[in-house]
Amino acid sequence: MHTKTITELAKSLRAKEFSSVELTHAYLDRIKQYSELNSFITVTEEQALTAANAADKALSLGNAPLLTGIPIAQKDIFCTYGVKTSCGSKMLDNFIAPYNATVVEKFNQAGAVMLGKLNMDEFAMGSSNETSFYGAVQNPWDINTVAGGSSGGSAAAVAARLAVAVTGTDTGGSIRQPAALCGITGLKPTYGRVSRYGMIAYASSLDQGGPMARNAEDAALLLQAMAGFDPKDSTSVDAPVPDYQESLTNSLAGLKIGLPKQFFSADLNPEIAKTLQAAIAEYQRLGAEVKEISMPMLEYAIPAYYVIASAECSANLSRYDGVRFGYRCDNPQDLTDLYTRSRGEAFGAEVKRRILMGTYALSAGYYDAYYLKAQKVRKLISDDFKRAFSEVDVIMGPVSPSTAFGIGEKIADPIEMYLADIYTIAINLAGLPALSIPAGFVNAMPVGLQIIGNYFDEARLLNVAHQYQQETDWHKQTPKGFE
Amino acid sequence: MSLSATDVKKIAHLARLGIEDKDVAHYAQDLSGMLDLVAQMNALNTENVSAMAHPLEQHQRLRADVVSEVNLREQFQAIAPQVEAGLYLVPKVIE
Repeated sequence: MHTKTITELAKSLRAKEFSSVELTHAYLDRIKQYSELNSFITVTEEQALTAANAADKALSLGNAPLLTGIPIAQKDIFCTYGVKTSCGSKMLDNFIAPYNATVVEKFNQAGAVMLGKLNMDEFAMGSSNETSFYGAVQNPWDINTVAGGSSGGSAAAVAARLAVAVTGTDTGGSIRQPAALCGITGLKPTYGRVSRYGMIAYASSLDQGGPMARNAEDAALLLQAMAGFDPKDSTSVDAPVPDYQESLTNSLAGLKIGLPKQFFSADLNPEIAKTLQAAIAEYQRLGAEVKEISMPMLEYAIPAYYVIASAECSANLSRYDGVRFGYRCDNPQDLTDLYTRSRGEAFGAEVKRRILMGTYALSAGYYDAYYLKAQKVRKLISDDFKRAFSEVDVIMGPVSPSTAFGIGEKIADPIEMYLADIYTIAINLAGLPALSIPAGFVNAMPVGLQIIGNYFDEARLLNVAHQYQQETDWHKQTPKGFE
Repeated sequence: MSLSATDVKKIAHLARLGIEDKDVAHYAQDLSGMLDLVAQMNALNTENVSAMAHPLEQHQRLRADVVSEVNLREQFQAIAPQVEAGLYLVPKVIE
């Protein structure tokens, strides 16, 4: 059962080959069997079986929505009513969400079964899942390497077949990078496409939720359920949601692919470059045209990002004060002591670094030099993309400068870890959609191809990914021991 | 640009963020590294560039002035660190 995609499972459930309860049991058993991967923070066995029972009833009545009875899992950043929502932090280790995120609500309405909540970097700050209060996640392709981050639990769970598909969030690459490192398909939608209501905030002008799945077809089904206008999110965009399945089979003849020379410079690992060139050659066989483009502002994305993301994080995380919810220190002496110690004892080192950086960047006298400057650089980066999309339909490039690195290898040097986000960050600054698909292996570890699209062009991205997946089988490979 | 231990303590106080004395030097080093990284932006002339406020140049949406929140008081009180008689307890402010 765990080898099937969503489309295959939906058929099997309707043909009564097995029930949703049986399917859910099969996945719950696998989650237990592979618990050492540490991809789940909370497993919601009881609720999952209740939902699966309800799904079986709905299926027997007919006309149930497509995701009915499909076992998925949520990144632990999405609030789930009555279930612990930790955001990977000691601060929220005792937090039982009093409401559902819109994304969770939409999956419930679509009939999906939630297996549990997935491990992640603390407050989504990290590129290796090692900043989680609950510990690192192992990459199923090599358990001594990281699963990527911040949606590391999400990517590992899909790669190890512990859930058929999952959600993730992406502020600087947190869906695409772990998807690449674990050999799965992950899509970061246009800013405003998926509601942020109930998705715990890190950097509000960059955060965006999206699907992570075995292939583009499943990702399209998930995005269909997740996307849409939400009056509860003031930055949600009121634009119609197209049928993402319908356009999957479109031909790629005449598709214009832009390759920024800054993405394929000497800094890129030559083995990864070779893998990506082979993927691009496959696209040329499918009828696409390739054009070299130049995006000179890309190199300023990392500095601008670490000002904007840190500044917004310091503001967003000021709500954790030990008063109404979350962690509170023992025996606070006065209010300042309550705030200072509760925050000091419950936040990890990476979160503290970014709060300090953001507080500094926003403090009196520094605002213009840092935040305002970064927002101007952001405009220049976004203009680079606008120019590029006047010439090409999609942009392709790497997701990560390396395959999965060893657990513990980079954690001591935060700056080196930040540089790992070099290919993904600019897309968040511009608010564009992008996805990562498996494009091959280097030393038996998965490599991802990044495909970037124009605003609200998710349907085209999924189409471009799906057509490649009709010709290749990288996305069908399963890590040894998890078949 | 490099930050001193005193700078870090001042910023930590502004953020009401407790940092152990033994870690201050480490944070000073990390933050100085971050500021060096950020300083790369200064190579760009942004004099006539407008700051980007929203990726899609959207303006803040307004909604009708009606109550939309539901009352979740019981749930909120249930997850609070300390409550008494329906009130959130915090340490006294005035000594």
